[in-house]
Amino acid sequence: MSPQRVSARFATLSLIAASITLAGCASTPKELPPQPVAASTSTRDAPPMPSQPQPIGPVPGSQADFLASVISDTVHFDYDKYAIDGESQGILRSQAQWLARYPAKSITIEGHCDERGTREYNLALGERRANAAKNYLVGLGVDASRVTTVSYGKERPVALGSDETAWAKNRRAVTITVN
Amino acid sequence: MRPIRVLSGFPFRSVRLRSLGCAMLPAMLAFAPAVAVHAQQQALPPSSAAPTQSGDAEGLTGSVTDDSAWRDLGIAIPAFPTDHAAATSAEGGNTEALGRNLARVVYGDLKNNGLFKPTGPDALPGIGYAEVAAPAFSGWRARSAEMLVQGFVKGGADGRLTVGCYLYDVALGQELMRQGYVVKPEEWRRAAHKCADMVYARLSGESPFFDSKIAYIAETGPKDHRRKQLAIMDSDGANHRFVTNGQATALTPRYSPDYRQIAYLSYLDGKPRIYVYDIGSGHQHLVTEAKGPTFAPRWSPDGRNILYSMAIAGNTDIWRVPVTGGESVRLTNTPGINVGGSYSPDGKKIVFESDRSGSQQVYVMNADGTGQHRISFFGGRAATPEWSPRGDQIAFTCICGNLRIAVMDPQGHNLRHLTDSWQDEAPTWSPNGRIIQFFRTERNSGRTSIWQVDLTGRNERRLKTPVDASDPAWGPVLP
Repeated sequence: MSPQRVSARFATLSLIAASITLAGCASTPKELPPQPVAASTSTRDAPPMPSQPQPIGPVPGSQADFLASVISDTVHFDYDKYAIDGESQGILRSQAQWLARYPAKSITIEGHCDERGTREYNLALGERRANAAKNYLVGLGVDASRVTTVSYGKERPVALGSDETAWAKNRRAVTITVN
Repeated sequence: MRPIRVLSGFPFRSVRLRSLGCAMLPAMLAFAPAVAVHAQQQALPPSSAAPTQSGDAEGLTGSVTDDSAWRDLGIAIPAFPTDHAAATSAEGGNTEALGRNLARVVYGDLKNNGLFKPTGPDALPGIGYAEVAAPAFSGWRARSAEMLVQGFVKGGADGRLTVGCYLYDVALGQELMRQGYVVKPEEWRRAAHKCADMVYARLSGESPFFDSKIAYIAETGPKDHRRKQLAIMDSDGANHRFVTNGQATALTPRYSPDYRQIAYLSYLDGKPRIYVYDIGSGHQHLVTEAKGPTFAPRWSPDGRNILYSMAIAGNTDIWRVPVTGGESVRLTNTPGINVGGSYSPDGKKIVFESDRSGSQQVYVMNADGTGQHRISFFGGRAATPEWSPRGDQIAFTCICGNLRIAVMDPQGHNLRHLTDSWQDEAPTWSPNGRIIQFFRTERNSGRTSIWQVDLTGRNERRLKTPVDASDPAWGPVLP
């Protein structure tokens, strides 16, 4: 990848993000799970009082609610790449929609790599992937101050094998909600 | 002649290890001034085989890269006798048992180096105390020993130990060198390492390195839930100690040149940041208050500055900050990942890794960040470059199919692969620049281990660690 392409990717990321989002919404809107039904008028995610009946489904605004509402909490990447592909764009759009519903919520995006790179480079690459996902969300209107990133490099794989299938699963950015 | 010197042992304040001087000029040794710290100090007596005139004191000519002449040299190392068995807190409980342990450590150092064929005390007859300085050469010739290391240990009134070390050429029937050391009982292994260093340096013409320490990351637990702790040990794996408890993931330690501190990456508070850990006090502090994650710490040769890599908005660059704190200076400023960095021994240049060309490659710049230019052009990717302490080689991780340890010269020429396994990475140098340490990851299981390979690539060995291990970093030879 040439330096020009790298910098161009950085510079125009939000622009690309915005345009692709529009195109995606216009042509093939992704079906999102229905919003969870609130058990009470409160939108707080505090645990219900013991005397009250348990709410059905996850508490609105909770991590469980986030997971139930979005297509996925995880986007994947090609080997040594950090581009947000079409599938990832749909996933991040669903995350942006949830974040629009809960403006008080912040998120942390974890960047991860497969095991084939060197340790320190992978720390940097994971950071780049987490930021690519962050930039896409910001392009969709999520306030940048609500999004923090952390890279785990190749230190925290989810798939344990040493083959293409496992590596593909491990090259990822995972969104986790925080208060 | 090496002067008698007191080893301050800093930061290990308990360490007092004094060279009593080396041979070749025995007459001067006797008049060498005593050092005030040790009133009981005395120079080693010359052996009966001491040369009558001073000769070449600086080792045989030749180098490790052309070592066929002395490779597989047979070296006999009998147990070090004592003048009388005195109680000691050092391993063995008394000086007689300790003498055998000392010889075992010398034997282990020379054997694991892969360049000699030593025979240790457990396979040799014992010798009398008087024999140390008057070897029975004919008996050793009958055993086909070419070199002979004999030593002694004596207990002092204050609990300190005096260890003597003699190296003899059996064929010539001549003493090649001798040194003596005074150590505290808990530092007894250092006397053995100094003895092994003397033998190694005298026979190879290379600088010593056994009396040094290694910082690394100890790994336990399953692949998806790995516990990674900072740990330290002697160069032979002894005196192992966990420095952190593993609650926060620790990575990539580097000893400061004076062994006082270790710079390393910790996920303390969930954020990856470089901390500087002070070994003496047990305290640590952030190397810099940074907006973004900081990683890949490296010391300058003078110990005054630390290089670190910092990611801002996904872009990683290399910065320099004084160890004492203060303003950071940005050394790289290109889109992409600029990471790592290793100073040339004179501190004037830095070799580092960048993917500004589209893939990881090795670059060199001046210490102020000017004059950045790529040096690796051999296909494949090149990562984690580390400048040799001798200045003539750069070790790196070659990403060429598998991950392999390789070396090239500072111009990027004369590439040589030293290992060929599935995943070897993160080379660091022995203090004398003759051996490279790295870690190997096992396919599928993800288990890690520390390995050493010499510059020929022929002598590769695994370092024993209590648990899995990665990110080894050697410190300098102790004074």
